Amino acid sequence: MEAAHAMGTKKSEAENGVLIKVEGLRKWFPILGGVFQRTVGYVYAVEDATFDIKRAETLALVGESGSGKTTVGLMLANLELPTAGKIFYRAEDVSRLSSSKTKWYRKKVQMVFQDPYASLNPRMLIKDTILEVMKVHKIGGHNNYDRAVELMNRVGLSEEHLYRYPHELSGGQRQRAVLARALCVEPEFIILDEPTASLDVSVQAQVLDLLESLQREFHYTYLLITHNLAVVRYVSDRTVVMYRGMWVESSSTRELFEKAEHPYTQALLASVPIPEPHLSNREKQLLKGEPPNPTERVKTCPFVDRCPHVMPICNEKAPPITQVNDSHQVRCWLVVKK
Amino acid sequence: MSNVLEVKDLRVEFRTYRGTVKALNGVSFTVEKGEVLGLAGETGSGKSVTGLAIQRLLPSNATVAEGMVMFDGRDLLKLSEEEMNKIRGKEMVAIFQDPHTYLNPVFRMQNQFADILRTKDEELNPIKDKREVEKVIRNKMIQMLREVQMPAPERAIKMYPHELSGGMKQRMMLAMAFSLRPKLVIADEPTTALDVTIQAQVLELMRSLQKKYGTSVILITHDLGVIAETCGRIAVMYAGRIVEMGKVDFVYSEPLHPYTQGLMRALPRADKDVKVEGIGGSVPDLVDLPKGCPFHLRCTHAMEICSRANPRTLNVDGRIVECHLYDERIVKEGVG
Repeated sequence: MEAAHAMGTKKSEAENGVLIKVEGLRKWFPILGGVFQRTVGYVYAVEDATFDIKRAETLALVGESGSGKTTVGLMLANLELPTAGKIFYRAEDVSRLSSSKTKWYRKKVQMVFQDPYASLNPRMLIKDTILEVMKVHKIGGHNNYDRAVELMNRVGLSEEHLYRYPHELSGGQRQRAVLARALCVEPEFIILDEPTASLDVSVQAQVLDLLESLQREFHYTYLLITHNLAVVRYVSDRTVVMYRGMWVESSSTRELFEKAEHPYTQALLASVPIPEPHLSNREKQLLKGEPPNPTERVKTCPFVDRCPHVMPICNEKAPPITQVNDSHQVRCWLVVKK
Repeated sequence: MSNVLEVKDLRVEFRTYRGTVKALNGVSFTVEKGEVLGLAGETGSGKSVTGLAIQRLLPSNATVAEGMVMFDGRDLLKLSEEEMNKIRGKEMVAIFQDPHTYLNPVFRMQNQFADILRTKDEELNPIKDKREVEKVIRNKMIQMLREVQMPAPERAIKMYPHELSGGMKQRMMLAMAFSLRPKLVIADEPTTALDVTIQAQVLELMRSLQKKYGTSVILITHDLGVIAETCGRIAVMYAGRIVEMGKVDFVYSEPLHPYTQGLMRALPRADKDVKVEGIGGSVPDLVDLPKGCPFHLRCTHAMEICSRANPRTLNVDGRIVECHLYDERIVKEGVG
């Protein structure tokens, strides 16, 4: 039975080249209280994340703080266990892995975090950091060092940087070193959580270009988690917008930036400051209010209390998924009405 | 136009175990009454240090080696600490990025807010009755919070800082900052920690308050988009100097300094597809600054003279630029 199911997925995977498939992913963090540390409530971090990532593409996960985008990334990296839902890597369900399988999966999937300084051990040379990862994953052997040098060159650093401590590198160099460490296990899928948020623009552009050229050459698949919409437009192929733990719109990046259907996506795009002074007086539809309390569960549309086009039905039922076209899905009653 | 602030040849040094860090190397600019000046630059360019030096809030290992900060006819660097205290928080107010650095977590908002008015508001002086004073203070607070569109102000002032959301904290800060009608507000990355939708609200609010009271604002940020949306003029800093300064319309549409040009090219855009290009190399070490123009090692137009001599401060089409490329004397003689 299970084999047949796996076969079925494999077939469809071969058709559209899907590498990662996420279905109805959910994560509730329990809030413990009282003397006995009983669960008194939940933080509903992720309610429903559903998307798939094709091989060698960049999928961007966009949302404001508290939208659950980082939690989705952690679940995909197998660092958090989902409360419900499934994650498929190729045909394999990787949402609940045994410990031996976990190691296999972590070799395929690597994560790069926002702050490179916090994700490098300050007492280890870059060389030791990279070699240790290879040792843990039993990669190579006597030529590990040469591999490390090659990786450094690949990310635009040189052998000399292997003999530095993290504090001796600049921010951009550190992020490159973290990337070299991620690449040393030859992963297929790399989760980039705000990879350039701590970098200056002049350096950010270099790192983004590096990510792109690596993808062209080695066909890595990226999940880019960010709140920076300019970066999303620049690097991603497809984009999923999340609000309060739920995906609200999913589309090819080009179409999303040109014809966003969901009022939240529209507002998000309108709020991005544009570096052109003569546009500063343009008509802006600003959102009122702030994202609501994540400890209250929503059963309706998550955006009701801030939406400028709210209708009676929005308060009654959660909107169904509407296909705008093959690659564009929205969850909004407005689109249903159309 | 009258200048609220005039900074002249400001030099600030930090003593560290590595040697003397030259954070500011001669910064000069003016802020007119009612204008918003954007101070842009990357990490280590000295934009925050400029803000702190003006307010005399530099850490103890820093010294102002040279310079003058004229604020409303007084040189702030020559005032006593006591006189300076009277200016800070009243005539000159700071807004910071991280709410945790300015809000005390153990006091309710009303206590912190009322403290400001109680100690600095001169309108309260003639009122003798203490209970009357408290009443006036409370009314002023509520009124100011209404002005910044704080939801349920009567409830908000009873809250502790951790009970407020990020956007509400920044609103509270704006209310506190503008409550005494300061002449100058120095906002250091006021919206960097906020989400874009909230950032847009806060910037809009700051602009309307600034216009209403004719306040001058120095907006320090690394985000060139934010400056384009809110500022009249921009000063681009690099390695402790202002390398280009002028009206935003001109600087954005036709940047003169190669560094400004590089910054504009490095910006990915959300509103259109662009080709992005980074600036090679990295910021120079402020302990050991290179000879000549601080940017010459990363500059694609670098000439021979750039590694020898510091560029002069030039006035090109009403704009300030520090680059040999625009120095007619050098270009004519073909020294480069």
